[in-house]
Amino acid sequence: AMDTDLSSQDRKDLDKFIKFFALKTVQVIVQARLGEKICTRSSSSPTGSDWFNLAIKDIPEVTHEAKKALAGQLPAVGRSMCVEISLKTSEGDSMELEIWCLEMNEKCDKEIKVSYTVYNRLSLLLKSLLAITRVTPAYRLSRKQGHEYVILYRIYFGEVQLSGLGEGFQTVRVGTVGTPVGTITLSCAYRINLAFMSTRQFERTPPIMGIIIDHFVDRPYPSSSPMHPCNYRAGEDNGAVYPSVEDSQEVCTTSFSTSPPSQCVFTVTKAHFQTPPPVVTDTLKVPVMGLAFSHQLSSSRLSYQPAALGVGSADVGYPVLFAGGLNAAHPHQLIGPGKEGGVPPIPSQPAHGTQADQERMCTPLDGVHYSAATPSSSEDTETVSNSSEGKCGSPHDLLETIFIRKVGAFVNKPINQVTMANLDIPFAMFAPKNVELEDNDPMVNPPDSPETESPLQGSLHSEGSSGSSTGNTHDDFVMIDFKPAFSKDDILPMDLGTFYREFQNPPQLSSLSIDIGAQSMAEDLDSLPEKLAVHEKNVKEFDAFVETLQ
Amino acid sequence: PHRTRRDAQPGAAPTMNCRAEVLEVSVEGRQVEEAMLAVLHTVLLHRSTGKFHYKKEGTYSIGTVGTQDVDCDFIDFAYVRVSSEELDRALRKAVGEFKDALRSSGSDGMGQISLEFYQKKKSRWPFSDECIPWELWTIKVNVVNLANEQERQICREKVGEKLCEKIINIVEVMNRHEYLPKMPTQSEVDNVFDTSLKDVQPYLYKISYQITDSLGTSVTTTMRRLIKDTLAL
Repeated sequence: AMDTDLSSQDRKDLDKFIKFFALKTVQVIVQARLGEKICTRSSSSPTGSDWFNLAIKDIPEVTHEAKKALAGQLPAVGRSMCVEISLKTSEGDSMELEIWCLEMNEKCDKEIKVSYTVYNRLSLLLKSLLAITRVTPAYRLSRKQGHEYVILYRIYFGEVQLSGLGEGFQTVRVGTVGTPVGTITLSCAYRINLAFMSTRQFERTPPIMGIIIDHFVDRPYPSSSPMHPCNYRAGEDNGAVYPSVEDSQEVCTTSFSTSPPSQCVFTVTKAHFQTPPPVVTDTLKVPVMGLAFSHQLSSSRLSYQPAALGVGSADVGYPVLFAGGLNAAHPHQLIGPGKEGGVPPIPSQPAHGTQADQERMCTPLDGVHYSAATPSSSEDTETVSNSSEGKCGSPHDLLETIFIRKVGAFVNKPINQVTMANLDIPFAMFAPKNVELEDNDPMVNPPDSPETESPLQGSLHSEGSSGSSTGNTHDDFVMIDFKPAFSKDDILPMDLGTFYREFQNPPQLSSLSIDIGAQSMAEDLDSLPEKLAVHEKNVKEFDAFVETLQ
Repeated sequence: PHRTRRDAQPGAAPTMNCRAEVLEVSVEGRQVEEAMLAVLHTVLLHRSTGKFHYKKEGTYSIGTVGTQDVDCDFIDFAYVRVSSEELDRALRKAVGEFKDALRSSGSDGMGQISLEFYQKKKSRWPFSDECIPWELWTIKVNVVNLANEQERQICREKVGEKLCEKIINIVEVMNRHEYLPKMPTQSEVDNVFDTSLKDVQPYLYKISYQITDSLGTSVTTTMRRLIKDTLAL
């Protein structure tokens, strides 16, 4: 009975919306955890490929993962799409940080218009998602990833599993959209007992690529795309063949109607784009200080292939965050292979280069596997030399031990560095000359705070203050504090404000009303023949009148 | 905690149905601008669409809205805004004025900035067009002075956390899917949307602010406009 209420066209449209909404949701979440600032352009002319009228780039690997997880299905009751965000230290330990859930419940809104209201509300929900992904704790962690840890994502479909988030996790709701087949809800459950992992701890070893990140942040927008790779180029020696992206891409061309929504014209067409060959989708070239590296998002083919020094690429990519420098002496040598080879669950293998640490990063669970949001540094055993003290109980301890290791040349404030004469640091000549131990830096280790009360404590920590009202003591329907000049508030019942409000909207004269305009035009037209007849009769008088005027 | 005031008659005509949201923040002087921009941009992100292009038969298509991340310099916080330099400039200008007014008002440092979304209703001569508000966001600001660097560092983090809460509050309100102006016909579009920007189209909005001077009375800087509106005939 439910389906008969929804026309088949509406049903098809709705399914399409939900599918693309799910894909865009995944893109927004993963992109928000890559550790870089996202920037897309507004375009006043609709391009037809921007779903929900929002410019959200599609990282092909991410779309691929999402489609794989969904396997042709849509979120439904009991079948939710989940994006799990976790943190993995260079020791190999991982911890779940967040689970983003796209769920469907049974509450249907039969009245709602699919191709109009649902579409716009999904757009609004994506905007909310953009906003919310920046305010959960994992955002700040992900912006500082690269040297001690990386952020990973995993997409799964089915039942939501929150047990990995630890005790006391919190939930934030992003929003809901009612549809005729159920209500879509989007929420995030996030771990809170990483409060001890405040970002300040990570600031003590600033990312080695800090300089590089700034380099990209300040880069002026090229004419076609701001910060994102707009094309993907294969690594030179990379023979990996990525399962091909579909040759056709579904395009959403929308037209909205301002007359009754039932007249809305919504067409979804399949447009065939010229996609680059499949191998294109799996590497990103990133110009980094004259060196070009390529990295792959999918962990199954994680490899670093530094090109020769001095060769740059015109493409802008995600800043490559990885621990330790490169072995500059052998520019073509790949960095520390992972110990475990293992057979990757994904058929294609890089022709040259090392395997990622398959065991640690890809744990196939019912066909699901991990993908790195940024290249992992866990294979860099050369530079993470001092940090292994065996696995400690809590990640907290692990992170503490990591601070003792060596850092490479391009670090802002290297700490605990024995001597700059350590020439086994790559690019040692670029290392800053002044080594100032951060322990003595008052900015990092502030002096003990004085006992005195500061205004800070009073104002910032007061949770309960809700402030006074804006002055309007009346709780009736006018919400705005309307204070006309020269009027007194205390004379009832007719002060100037009340008078003005009451007489502010006199009823429109019907002849002046625009709404009735359309109607009366028809009437006018109907009455024209009569009027013309009358005028015809008096034509002699009119002529005489005109004569007097000339 | 934020307060919402609702219409007593939920089905009432738009003229009487303006929801009002109040947010409060305590910030250091140098954080005022970024905090205000973060909130205003987050609201406008939700209240802006792509540019409308009307075609025949009353249909229209909608342009694309881009977004970008903004990192705050004085607050441990980042937010997303619409990619529109014009809009950003307009907000920065208003917030800049607010900040200056706060600074020059004396040591109290209390004030509020309001973002109001309204619809225009055209009246025939001799009545001027009315502005009917349908949503009002008020951010109350309390400026604190801090004694030392350590407190400032704590303040950076605390204000960052508070702003996260505010963003969540804003998104909650947006998600209620309450009254929004009907999508207008081409002739009406300027009564509902600000079509002057070249790349995005926010709902018609105006920003005003009030500074509370040390006597506790509020001096409205939009007083002039208010008088004009009140007495305009």
